[in-house]
Amino acid sequence: MRQSTIFEISSLYRDNFRVSGYTFGNGEKAVCVLGSIRGNEIQQIYTCSLLVERLKELEENGAIHAGKKILVIPSGNPYSMNISKRFWPTDNTDINRMFPGYHLGETTQRIAAGIFETVKDYQNGIQLASFYMPGNFMPHVRMMKTGFEDVERAREFGLPYIVLRTPRPYDTTTLNYNWQIWETHAYSLYTTTTERIDPKSAAQAVRAMLNFMAQEGILDYRSHKGYCSEVVDDRDMRSVRTSKAGIFECCVEVGDEVKQGDILACVRNPYDGSMREKIQAPQAGTIFFAHDAPLVYESTAVFKMV
Amino acid sequence: MITTIASAGLPVDETLRIQKHRVSPAGKDCGKRISIVTGIHGDELEGQFVCYELLRRIYAEKEKLTGTVDVYPAMNPLGIDSVTRGIPAFDLDMNRIFPGNMDGSMTEYLASEIIRDLSGSDLCLDIHASNIYLTEIPQIRINELHRNTLVPLAMESNIDFIWVHGANTVLESTLAYSLNSTGTPTLVVEMGVGMRITKEYGCQLVEGILNLMRVLGIWQGETVPVRQPILSDRAEDVCFLNAGEAGIFVKEAMHGSRVEKGQMIGQIIDPLAGKVLEEVLSPVDGFLFTIREYPVVDEGSLMARILTGGAVK
Repeated sequence: MRQSTIFEISSLYRDNFRVSGYTFGNGEKAVCVLGSIRGNEIQQIYTCSLLVERLKELEENGAIHAGKKILVIPSGNPYSMNISKRFWPTDNTDINRMFPGYHLGETTQRIAAGIFETVKDYQNGIQLASFYMPGNFMPHVRMMKTGFEDVERAREFGLPYIVLRTPRPYDTTTLNYNWQIWETHAYSLYTTTTERIDPKSAAQAVRAMLNFMAQEGILDYRSHKGYCSEVVDDRDMRSVRTSKAGIFECCVEVGDEVKQGDILACVRNPYDGSMREKIQAPQAGTIFFAHDAPLVYESTAVFKMV
Repeated sequence: MITTIASAGLPVDETLRIQKHRVSPAGKDCGKRISIVTGIHGDELEGQFVCYELLRRIYAEKEKLTGTVDVYPAMNPLGIDSVTRGIPAFDLDMNRIFPGNMDGSMTEYLASEIIRDLSGSDLCLDIHASNIYLTEIPQIRINELHRNTLVPLAMESNIDFIWVHGANTVLESTLAYSLNSTGTPTLVVEMGVGMRITKEYGCQLVEGILNLMRVLGIWQGETVPVRQPILSDRAEDVCFLNAGEAGIFVKEAMHGSRVEKGQMIGQIIDPLAGKVLEEVLSPVDGFLFTIREYPVVDEGSLMARILTGGAVK
């Protein structure tokens, strides 16, 4: 294992901003893993730290194949995480809306360019991603439909679902999209949580990444191969929305199978506790995403079902 | 008449309302319609004064009004009230969710209702105030895809600068792009600085709006001769000055002024060491239309934009 600084800029009063990478093996750039890029992505940095620990063991045991290089970047934005801010401290911009970046541009464009310069030549790119709404997910691999997506390879992770997403205009500046445009096989991995660590889900993600690397011929790793992934187009997911705002009492968990008409959650009046809405399953299926904040707005997609 | 164009219940004893003020002759909708929009970014307040002053001027001579004026001062009321640029609680830039979705989340629903209400206007002005970091001279920014429709209107707006910029996929999620691409001409005004009101600029733009109303045939009151703006439509004409060092930027040059190559725009200083870290000099002769207002800079922070080339005489 070799630690290196991938990108560094100085600050007036803080320690230097550094993006650190951990490299395993030598040779062709086989796979790059990026953990958190926003300051609230704690589960993502945690998952990466477990991966670094595991890869170190595997390397010491000679399990990484000759001629294969693995790079893990646990955090692309330690500055924001250290002050509990989601986006860049000075101007609140999102590094994951700045790719492929610009070396002479604004600060987050420079950070994106510095990271992208290092990660763009890898054959496979894995980003541990998060959603902007508060909630828990079924573990899955998400890919953007750019024409370069490779669904069959995504099955090698052995996660329950593979979700295909049609890019929206703002997606064109994300790392995943630009990786694909630069002909890297790009995958966004979603574990269950973002701001809280979930050790079980993080361990599942580490197993998934190591299974993927093993099947790509990058290292030797023997474990349960996981699930036979179901491929879902995100447009085919059924969103279940609130019609009222209030206190949100969730009655199900992600992964639960429900029947049509089952009560999924209740929305209560925060003053007198009266029921404002009982949210029912519009169809039979599996809970793929569930809102987990204690308050909810009206017209909010609180569940996604497959 | 003040009406609510979209509303959504909040969790605890409150309803979010987006409101508009419609003024029309004798209280009846007639003639052409101009829509004045501001407050999509909650920290941009220059448009607040424009809305007030425009309504004041119209009501002072309401008999001169021959069309409909719709004023929307707060598209993001929660943001304005909480000194938040985006939509609070969602950490979402409201100007990246258009055209919205009637069946989508609360924010997407609000965006779709806004588009529905504005669509069909003969002209819409979306007034922004840069951000808290940069001061801008009054200007209109136009996507090159819509230049033929919008540049003649912008020339009547009493602003100082028209910036025709290249198409950008990310900007397809803005209010202006959504409206322009569906047949409602929309001008994006940028002026002043975030969290402040520059009354002089507000009055300048109000004169421009009244002139646009005259051109559209909905205002018969007095108007002033409008300024002849500088027009820039070549990317290479705009020179960006980004900080080479993190520090405190102290500006020296005045925005809206002509600068010469080698002239000092400002300094980046280190208060702890008591040293100058960088002398920020203009690399070109030109017109300083953007200057940094917020002193703290990181490496890469934008400090100034200078217009150069044939457009500047």
